[in-house]
Amino acid sequence: MTTAMNSQDGMKKQNGGSVAAEDLVDLKCVFERPQSLSDKPFHYCPGCSHGTYHRLIAEMIDEFGFMDRTVGICPVGCAVFAYEYFETDMIEASHGRAPAVATGVKRALPDRFVFTYQGDGDLASIGMGEIIHAAARGERITVFFVNNGIFGMTGGQMAPTSLIGQKTTTSVDGRDARATGHPIRVCELLSNLEGVAYMARVALTSPKNINTCRKYMRKAIRAQTEDVGLGLVEVLSPCPVQWGMSPGDALHHIEEDVVKEFPPGEFVDKLADPVKA
Amino acid sequence: MPAKMQLTKGNEALAMGAIAGGCDCFFGYPITPQNEVPEVLSYEMPKRGRVFVQAESEVASINMVYGAAAAGKRAMTSSSSPGVSLMMEGLSYIACAELPCLIVNVMRGGPGLGSITPSQGDYFQACKGGGHGDYHSVVLAPWNVQEMYEFPALAFELADRYRCPAMLLADGVLGAMMEPAEISDDAPPPNVPEKPWATNGRNGRAHKNVVNSLVIDPYGLRDHNLKLQAKYKAMECETRWDTRDVDDAEILVVAYGISARLALSGCKLARKKGIKAGLLRPITLFPFPSKQIAECARNKKRILVVELSAGQMVEDVRLAVNGDVPVDFYGEMGGVIPSPAEVCEKIVEAAQ
Repeated sequence: MTTAMNSQDGMKKQNGGSVAAEDLVDLKCVFERPQSLSDKPFHYCPGCSHGTYHRLIAEMIDEFGFMDRTVGICPVGCAVFAYEYFETDMIEASHGRAPAVATGVKRALPDRFVFTYQGDGDLASIGMGEIIHAAARGERITVFFVNNGIFGMTGGQMAPTSLIGQKTTTSVDGRDARATGHPIRVCELLSNLEGVAYMARVALTSPKNINTCRKYMRKAIRAQTEDVGLGLVEVLSPCPVQWGMSPGDALHHIEEDVVKEFPPGEFVDKLADPVKA
Repeated sequence: MPAKMQLTKGNEALAMGAIAGGCDCFFGYPITPQNEVPEVLSYEMPKRGRVFVQAESEVASINMVYGAAAAGKRAMTSSSSPGVSLMMEGLSYIACAELPCLIVNVMRGGPGLGSITPSQGDYFQACKGGGHGDYHSVVLAPWNVQEMYEFPALAFELADRYRCPAMLLADGVLGAMMEPAEISDDAPPPNVPEKPWATNGRNGRAHKNVVNSLVIDPYGLRDHNLKLQAKYKAMECETRWDTRDVDDAEILVVAYGISARLALSGCKLARKKGIKAGLLRPITLFPFPSKQIAECARNKKRILVVELSAGQMVEDVRLAVNGDVPVDFYGEMGGVIPSPAEVCEKIVEAAQ
């Protein structure tokens, strides 16, 4: 990916073109925006990890060389504008229905790379039916799932993934299990379905975990491209604004509390299964 | 094999008509009285290398249609009244995102779970929007098994031409009845226009395509609505209707679908009693043949509208004639089907 031409372009942008190009030929670009990510500034709140996850997806699309054959499906929720951030063909779905839309695209065009990007309200609340059946059918799609335990965009209401005791605008005294039930663990629930080829959960809280996420994402993509089944990566993501925490405290909260309810790790990996392979 | 005349059930004709119309992808959920449609397509589609998916719900079905239509394919679903209600959110998104597709409603009695018997109670839903926001679908109303076979192709053609959803509004009689129809099981593939807007992977395209129904800027959304409205206006040239024995008629009967069959028989009985009655049958319910009805009604004594509903299309007929001619209504609900003799009685009453 990295070329002399790219590094020159990068430096020109940073320095307003004031550095002569011939002085830069030996410089090497070590970090740049993935080709599949647009240059539109994210609208996300400070400390939110939607932007991080977007970037990781774009990195993966570049790495696999899929920019020209990807169709992405956006959710309703904070990531409703995700179609503006990717340079691939994109579809905006209705709330929760991204797996059904993705099914339509993938069945129509089996050789394209099809992904959905969904939050926990979208996937685990209104769209639970669609994700369960897409998983049961083993649709060859890749699901990038963001779990921040709250309805962010609508102003911080309780989600099916909110922790017991979590204060939200619809559970002001803290989530009460007797009245509202318990958090839904999506990976644990879906991992029982035969159609799932790869499923993992990771907390997007540190460079180390981000690297782990990349590893999981590669496998979730391979689950589709190697025709094994549905791939899903759930990221535990901070929502400092709606949690009422600083960005730093929100990351600590994930590492100390959220992971107890939603343990990270790989839940299904049929890619590694020698019988399946 | 060329098309040949064969005794065919309406729903089966519709399924074969979808194949002849170039349907690439079918998504549906079982519901009576249209089950032969997915049953036939479940084996006829895969053997032609086309897509059939039995979805987990009507909500999923319409969103699969959204995805396949966005990918540039001819996509459809088929259902009946309560199932079509579940699709209304998706239909509104499809209309706003300007995706061509076909939705079949083989209507049954409502409201609620209602019955599985024939009805025309979903005219308002089909023609006046149904889902949220200002939108329309092209709505076609077949009246025999031959049209059940022919209209899917026409619906896809109109949907592609205007980038809008098309609905085929049939009913439980048309779905279940058998009559001779000219059916082909290897019709030549239709001409499908290029779809440069499709989200089918860039594949060298200089820009990405986005299929979307979100326009957050009020002026932007207003302009998008104006564009949609202009499109609906432009569709008026697609208006289709049929008339029988109207030139000398004193009573004009207006009816669509299966009601038009009953009404035509009623008109013939009335003529035997010396009352000149004729039929105008709207074939497109949207665009509605308002001008044609107004024109046809000019020298008529009265209009009688016959529907299997509490009176839905009758509102559009009244708007069409705008008080120039008195409009009577005869309807049955709940799956009750009037006999031609009963329609004739109403014509006789109107003539007095």
